[in-house]
Amino acid sequence: MSWLGAKFHSRTLRTAFHALRRNVMRSALTTLGIIIGVAAVIAMMEIGNGSSTAIQKSIASMGADNVIVMPGTAASGGVSFGGGSAMTLTPEDGEAIQRECPAARAVAPLVRARTQVVYGNKNWVPLFIYGTSPSYLDVRDWSDLAEGESFTDQDVRNASKVCLLGQTLARELFQGTPPIGQEVRVKNVAFKVVGVLGPKGANMMGMDQDDILIAPWTTIKRRVAGSSLANVNQSAGNAAASGTTPAVNTLSDIYPGQPSLYPVPSNVQAADTPLPVRFQNVDTIMVAAQSPEEIPVAIRQITQLLHERHRIKPGEPDDFNIRDMTEMTRAMSSTTGLMTNLLLCVALISLVVGGVGIMNIMLVSVTERTREIGLRMAVGARGRDILRQFLVEAVVLCVLGGALGIAFGRGGSLLVRVFLHWPTELSLGAIFAAVIVSVSVGVIFGYYPAWKASRLDPIEALRYE
Amino acid sequence: MELIKLADIYKTYHLGEIDVPVLKGVSLTVGRGEMVALMGASGSGKTTLMNILGCLDRASAGRYWLDGQEISGLSSDELAHLRNQKIGFVFQTFNLLPRTSALENVMMPLSYTPQGLPDREVRERCAALLHRVGLDDRMGHEPSQLSGGQQQRVAIARALVNRPPLLFADEPTGNLDSHTSEEILQMFGQLNAEEGITIILVTHDAGIARHAQRVIHIRDGMIEDGAGAADAPQDAQTSRAAPGADQPRRTEVPP
Repeated sequence: MSWLGAKFHSRTLRTAFHALRRNVMRSALTTLGIIIGVAAVIAMMEIGNGSSTAIQKSIASMGADNVIVMPGTAASGGVSFGGGSAMTLTPEDGEAIQRECPAARAVAPLVRARTQVVYGNKNWVPLFIYGTSPSYLDVRDWSDLAEGESFTDQDVRNASKVCLLGQTLARELFQGTPPIGQEVRVKNVAFKVVGVLGPKGANMMGMDQDDILIAPWTTIKRRVAGSSLANVNQSAGNAAASGTTPAVNTLSDIYPGQPSLYPVPSNVQAADTPLPVRFQNVDTIMVAAQSPEEIPVAIRQITQLLHERHRIKPGEPDDFNIRDMTEMTRAMSSTTGLMTNLLLCVALISLVVGGVGIMNIMLVSVTERTREIGLRMAVGARGRDILRQFLVEAVVLCVLGGALGIAFGRGGSLLVRVFLHWPTELSLGAIFAAVIVSVSVGVIFGYYPAWKASRLDPIEALRYE
Repeated sequence: MELIKLADIYKTYHLGEIDVPVLKGVSLTVGRGEMVALMGASGSGKTTLMNILGCLDRASAGRYWLDGQEISGLSSDELAHLRNQKIGFVFQTFNLLPRTSALENVMMPLSYTPQGLPDREVRERCAALLHRVGLDDRMGHEPSQLSGGQQQRVAIARALVNRPPLLFADEPTGNLDSHTSEEILQMFGQLNAEEGITIILVTHDAGIARHAQRVIHIRDGMIEDGAGAADAPQDAQTSRAAPGADQPRRTEVPP
C-alpha cells in the first residue's frame, strides 16, 4: 500500500473528482446506497442510544442502581437467625458511607415495622412501614410527591411524628378525602401526614410498593418499632421485650421504653466482637450508586469502609451483607446489548448493499471507459496508476456518501427528536464507525473493478467499441 | 542518428492451437527528424508493427532500440514510462476524454509523469501547445463542442505535451474530410520541419503517404522495398533544409 501513501498527490484526487463530475447523476445514484446506509446507521444509533439511555434511566428508577447493606446473621447456641438478624449497622455507618464513598450518590438508613395504621374508623396494615431519612426518596428515585412535601432532616433529628403515605395506603385510609394535615395512628402514636408519594406500582416481586408509610427513622425506631426483630428473633425478642406488657395499652405503649438493642450474644460472640455499646441500630442501609455501572465500585468502597468501622480483621467473617439488584442490572444490560446488536446487523446489511451498488457501478464504469483506460495507458499510465485512479474514485464516492449520510442521519434524528419527541443522543462512535466503514467499503468493493481496469491490455482497450 | 532501429522483429499471435505469424522478420531504421509513412493494406501487419514501435506491444522475437535504448527486455511499467516520455500518439478516433475541457485533455499525460510539475507550469505549457495548434479560443471547450479537425488538434497537442521526440499518428485523418485532413497533415509537416519531431504516419492511403519524406510499405508482415536503408536519414536532412510539405514526394532510395 505504499504507493497509496507516499505518492498520493492531490492530482489523483482531482482526477477522481473530475471523473465523477463527468457523470454527476450516476455518481449521485451510486453513492445513494452508501448515503442511505450511513444515514440509517447514524440515525438509528442516535435514536437507539437515546432510547437505551431512557430505558436505563427508567430501569434505574426501579432501583437498579441500589445497593442494600444488611447486617450479618446472629446466632445463638448454634441456631442461626438468618440474614439481617444481627444488629451491627448504625445510622452513623450510613452517614459515613455518604461521606466517604464517592461512588454512593445517596444513602438512607432504614428501620422496618409492620403494624396497623388507623385513621378515623378505617384501618389498614401496609406492606411496608419504613423509618428512614428524606434521602430515601432520592435513593428510590421517588422525589416527585403527589401531594405535600417530604419530611426534613430536622424531623429526623427531632423524631417528629410526621409521615408520608403511599398511594394505596392513602386511598384505603382516606377514601378520596385530602390526607394532608390529618393524623393517622400507628401503634397509638399519632403521625401527621405531610405528603403523599407518587405512584410507583409493583416491584419486581409483584409487591405493591405504594402500600407504604414512610416516617423519620428515629420516630419509628423510638416510638413504634422497638426492635424489628420481635418477629424474627423470637428468643432475643422475648428477652428484649420482657420489660413491657404488650397486652395493656399503657403509656409505655405510646412511648415504648427502649428495648434491649441487641440479641443476647453468646459468650463466644461477646468475646469475639468487643463492640462499643451502641444505642441505635438500623435494619438496613440503602445506598444508591452514582450509576448502575458503578455498583461494583460502590460495593467495594462500602465493604472497605464497614471493615474499618466495624474493626473486622482480614479473614474474619463480615458482620454485614451487601446486596445489589443483579437481576435488574442484567436485564438492563441485556436489553441495551440486544438493541445495539440489532442495530449493528441492520447497519451492516445496508452498508454491504451500498457497497455492492458501488462495485456494480464501478464495473459498468470500467467497461464504459475502456477506451479511456487504453488511452491513459498509451500515454504512460502504469497498471498501478489505473488501479489507484479507480480505487480512489470508489473511495471518494464512499467518503462523500458517508459524509452526506452522517449529515442526513444527524438531520433525521434531529427531526425525530423535534417532531416525535423521541430521546436521541449524539453517538460519536457511530460517526467514527461510519467513516471507517464507508472508506473500507470503498476499498473493498472498489478494488475488483479497479484491478480489472488495471489488467486491461492497452491495445485491446484502445480498439474497444 | 537513428531514433528507431528494428532488427529482425517477429510477432506471432497464438489463437488457440493455431499460430498466426503477423510480422516475419522486420528490420527497419528511422532517423531522428524523419517523417515516415507506414503503409499497407489491412491485415498486412502495419498496426502490429506500429504497436510494437509505440511500445504498446512486445515482439515475439527480434530486438528493438528506441533512442539508443534496447527495449525488448523492459517491464511493462518501464514501457509505460517510455511511452510517457518519448512517444506521442494521435489516433483516428481522437480518443479525447469526454466531458473534459480541451485544456484538461492536454494536461492528462502529465499526471503520469514522475517528476510532478507545478500546476502553473502545467497550465502554461498546455495553453502554449493549444496556441500552437491554433485553439487559443477553445481551451475550455469539451470535445462534443469541437469539430473533428479541432478535436484532432487537441489530440496532437496532447501527444506533444511531454515533448516527445517521436509521434505516432494512426490514420490521423481517417475520420476527417479532405480539407481538414490537409490542414492536419500540414500541421504534422510543420511539427516535423520546425520542431524536428520524428513522425510516423500509419495509413493505407497513398495520398496521405505522399506527405511523408519516406514511405515504408508492408505486405504480409514484411517490409516490401528496401526502405530500411541506412541513407534514408540523409534524405530527411535534405528535406528539412528545404522544408516542404508543399512539395510532397515519395522518397525512394537514391540510386
